[in-house]
Amino acid sequence: MPTHEKNGLKVWQVRETKAQLIRWGAWLIGLAIFIFAWKEISDNTLWFMMDNVGEVVADIAGRATPPAWSFILELGGPIWDTLAIATLGTFFSLIMAVPVAFLAARNTTPSRVFVRPIALLIIVSTRSVNSLIWALLLVSIVGPGVLAGLIAISIRSIGFCAKLLYEAIEEINVVQVEAIKATGASRMQVMVYGIVPQIMPAFAGIAVFRWDINIRESTVLGLVGAGGIGLALQSSLNVLAWPKVSLILLVILVAVVIGEWVSAKVRGAII
Amino acid sequence: MSAALEAKLGRAWKKPPFIANPVFRWLLIGGSIAYFVVALGGIDVSWDRIVKGMAYGKRFIFAFGEIFGAFYDYISDLFPDLFGNTSGRDPNDSRWIEIWTEKEIIKGLYESIVMTIASTVVGIAISIPIALGAASNIAPMPVYLFCRSIIALSRALNEIIVAIILVAILGFGPLAGFITLSFATIGFLAKLLAEDIENMNKQQAEAVKSTGASWGQWINFGVQPQVMPRLIGLSMYRLDINFRESAVLGLVGAGGIGATLNTAFDRYEFDTVAAILLTIIVIVMILEYLSGVIRGKVQ
Repeated sequence: MPTHEKNGLKVWQVRETKAQLIRWGAWLIGLAIFIFAWKEISDNTLWFMMDNVGEVVADIAGRATPPAWSFILELGGPIWDTLAIATLGTFFSLIMAVPVAFLAARNTTPSRVFVRPIALLIIVSTRSVNSLIWALLLVSIVGPGVLAGLIAISIRSIGFCAKLLYEAIEEINVVQVEAIKATGASRMQVMVYGIVPQIMPAFAGIAVFRWDINIRESTVLGLVGAGGIGLALQSSLNVLAWPKVSLILLVILVAVVIGEWVSAKVRGAII
Repeated sequence: MSAALEAKLGRAWKKPPFIANPVFRWLLIGGSIAYFVVALGGIDVSWDRIVKGMAYGKRFIFAFGEIFGAFYDYISDLFPDLFGNTSGRDPNDSRWIEIWTEKEIIKGLYESIVMTIASTVVGIAISIPIALGAASNIAPMPVYLFCRSIIALSRALNEIIVAIILVAILGFGPLAGFITLSFATIGFLAKLLAEDIENMNKQQAEAVKSTGASWGQWINFGVQPQVMPRLIGLSMYRLDINFRESAVLGLVGAGGIGATLNTAFDRYEFDTVAAILLTIIVIVMILEYLSGVIRGKVQ
């Protein structure tokens, strides 16, 4: 038990003095890095702009209220597009994610040396690039519009879905698979009757979870020209039409909250 | 013969459906197909534009090859003996160095990393008290509701939208990005940490309390050691997410490498784009590996 002497008495302490010193050193280094990072941000900030932040906020808030309620009828199309991007994007990404997941899972991959690393590379590269960047790229390839957003969301979601799915595949009960194998089932039949029923709940959960995330992401894709409600947001921001901006933000918030509620309900029903 | 055999054997086995209620099942399938057709039909596809754009797509894919080629040239210029390279070029003149310095990739990347570190630290520091307040077994009801509503607000607002509003208020620059990421970190970290605190082992906390510990001591010795591994794991994960997000905040003017990326896309400079994307992927992979190692160690 680590102790130290104080007035001739042994007093308990959490760690040995040396371990404590090392910890303090690590904290000091961490603190130094943070202060350095903060200084860089501070140096690149025009602090004199901050003097009247209160006024700016009050000004924008004044202009943005009340929201332009009559504009809501024109948002029907964009919000439909946003939903279509999220839903169809999730669907197409799942179609691509399922084979990738089976190739990436240790117990179903045909080759751990050749195929699995490729599948993992697909997962990492699609996951680490944000959907907005995918959208930027696709806008320059297929042109501005819903299609670019749809493809961006589909590609971006592959990594997420495939990662969660392959983890679910790796955690399946081997006994059931063995039982199907023992009946003389082919590789395909083992897949359909032994593995798929076990991962079906996880699959449905992942699909709904990703759909919820995709609704959030597709609301802003329009900022780079990839369709949906973000396009309306961008055009309103460009002309500083704050009442429209506040209405669009409200609509986005409502869409996101509804999406999260639906997703939570469905996942609750499945699990 | 076979009909008689069938009758004797009874009905053949069929896989039970995933959704048991047939009415609900068929409604769901029919509705999905109908929605699918309508939604897919509503998407405009301009084939002319796509054919034209394919040229850009090809250039984008070839740009990755160019980047690897430039890297190889740079390395072979740097170590001519190893590669049998006799061109005698100065490695500092190579395309590789040009891509990295001229297009401000280094500057943007540096700003992204700085924003990531600062916002993760501040985000964690703010989320810890909020997580304590949002854990129903520790906080009284009013505090619980207040903290939960902060978390809900932070989770409902998309990072990009927060960044747009903050850029409008604070002006362009990394400060807007820093505040955005810190705010987003709160919703993520405080929620998951609060759930972990709610799931902790009550007996350990009780034991510390029964020694007559004050509230601070109770939190410090009864609660904190139980949630520390998860907190470290989540923090590492959030560092990773914040870096990825910081790469796009620049698109709306909130600092970081996104601004460089946007300019490169606007000018169709696909080799710069490829270099930035590869850098992001490599850094994310390193962060993911590190966080895996650290999480493996603490848990």
